[in-house]
Amino acid sequence: MVGQILYALPFLAQGFALTLWVSLLVVVLSLIAGVTLGVGLVYGPAPLRWAVRIFSDTIRGIPILVLMFFVYYGLPAIGLHLPSFWAAVLALTLFKTAQVIEYLRGAVASIPKGQSEAAMAIGLTFRQRLTYVIFPQAFRRFLPPWINGVTDAVKGSALVSLLGITDLMQAINQVIGRTYEAMPLYILGALIYFAVNYALSLASRRLERRFSFIRE
Amino acid sequence: MSETSNAGPALLDVRDVSKAFGAVEVLRSVSLQVERGEVVTVIGPSGSGKTTLLRCVNFLESYDSGSIRIDGKEVGYLSAGTRQRRGERDLAAMRAETGMVFQSFNLFPHLTAAGNIMLGLTKVRGKSQAEARQAAEHWLGRVGLAHKADSLPAELSGGQQQRVGIARAVAMEPKILLLDEITSALDPELVGEVLAVVRSLAEDGMTMLMVTHEMAFARDASSRIVFMADGGVSAVGPPKEILAAETSNDRLRTFLARFRASHF
Repeated sequence: MVGQILYALPFLAQGFALTLWVSLLVVVLSLIAGVTLGVGLVYGPAPLRWAVRIFSDTIRGIPILVLMFFVYYGLPAIGLHLPSFWAAVLALTLFKTAQVIEYLRGAVASIPKGQSEAAMAIGLTFRQRLTYVIFPQAFRRFLPPWINGVTDAVKGSALVSLLGITDLMQAINQVIGRTYEAMPLYILGALIYFAVNYALSLASRRLERRFSFIRE
Repeated sequence: MSETSNAGPALLDVRDVSKAFGAVEVLRSVSLQVERGEVVTVIGPSGSGKTTLLRCVNFLESYDSGSIRIDGKEVGYLSAGTRQRRGERDLAAMRAETGMVFQSFNLFPHLTAAGNIMLGLTKVRGKSQAEARQAAEHWLGRVGLAHKADSLPAELSGGQQQRVGIARAVAMEPKILLLDEITSALDPELVGEVLAVVRSLAEDGMTMLMVTHEMAFARDASSRIVFMADGGVSAVGPPKEILAAETSNDRLRTFLARFRASHF
């Protein structure tokens, strides 16, 4: 049994690498898109605010799995054929983007209006106010839910196996298919996911402590 | 724009400014001039539009009609006639010419006392870190807080925070300083240290427009007092005249009587 698992390790490592790659893409892309749209939701003109609000509410109301199948099996109906890998990344990114929008909105809304006004009064432009006054303060509120979201993204990436992509989950299933050693392999898989997410939450706690000087 | 031909152009020239929040008229055709080096105090019952007027001067609030000029330049709009709003950069540059001190201090909690002062100096005035630090230390010294340069706002008392707030505003070398009830959020025993700083700035010739409930301070420090009621300027004059108990202005007399009753 141990021999069979050791034999499968390089294959599992490939799956794990793909899991990390999908998670990283989703986390980075959703961070960029979510912060941009979140700023639009808080500060944008009314039509943009409505558009972002509708996007966020719609996406958050749909299960990720449905979203993923929709992107992969549904979009070809309108002529958009995405490879399964990119369909999965797009679906997970859309979902995560909607969450990031809400984290950002909440974090920015928690900063008193007087902070913006004081920044305006010394002549900072909109971009400077965000960069030097609002975001540094909002960051501390943004961080904890966002890190939670990152661990969700790592765990949620296991769904891509349902589009036939060989991530860690799919690799484990395939090895079980060959060896019939379900229990040890699922335990191994769980330990790997846990290790990644535990490392992330440790890093998050350290970051939060670094920014704890910002008192209310 | 020089109907009053005998006087030179005022540093701050507010003309016929009106503003409504929905159906409520908060400013009704307010006109007010502040000359260079003058300290003008605005008093009046709450809801009379004092703070709104102050916030219009640096365009934290827009207004519906009229004109506000600083040093001859229209503040929030490209011209009073077209009422086309200035662009973001242009507005920011105009705002840098006025300093504002807030009732609730509004210090940036993530920056030290020096950092609060340096932000505008480096990002708006383009000074180097070293120059900005030097200026910050100079102004902190002026407000008696040289030893607190590296303290965070949360580590300072209310009075100290407000003195940093003043230093942050004056370090930008604004043409006019706007003070919005800057002692109202302070414990009574901390009011004195803040007013002492304001007085010393006035003695140095800083032009100021302030809203305050500190009548004794208004009397001693102002060159003129403006009494506002119901969104309009009800009386303007030297402190002695405005604060005289036997004024013929009914609203002012009522305000002063009520004020004396509640404060003595």
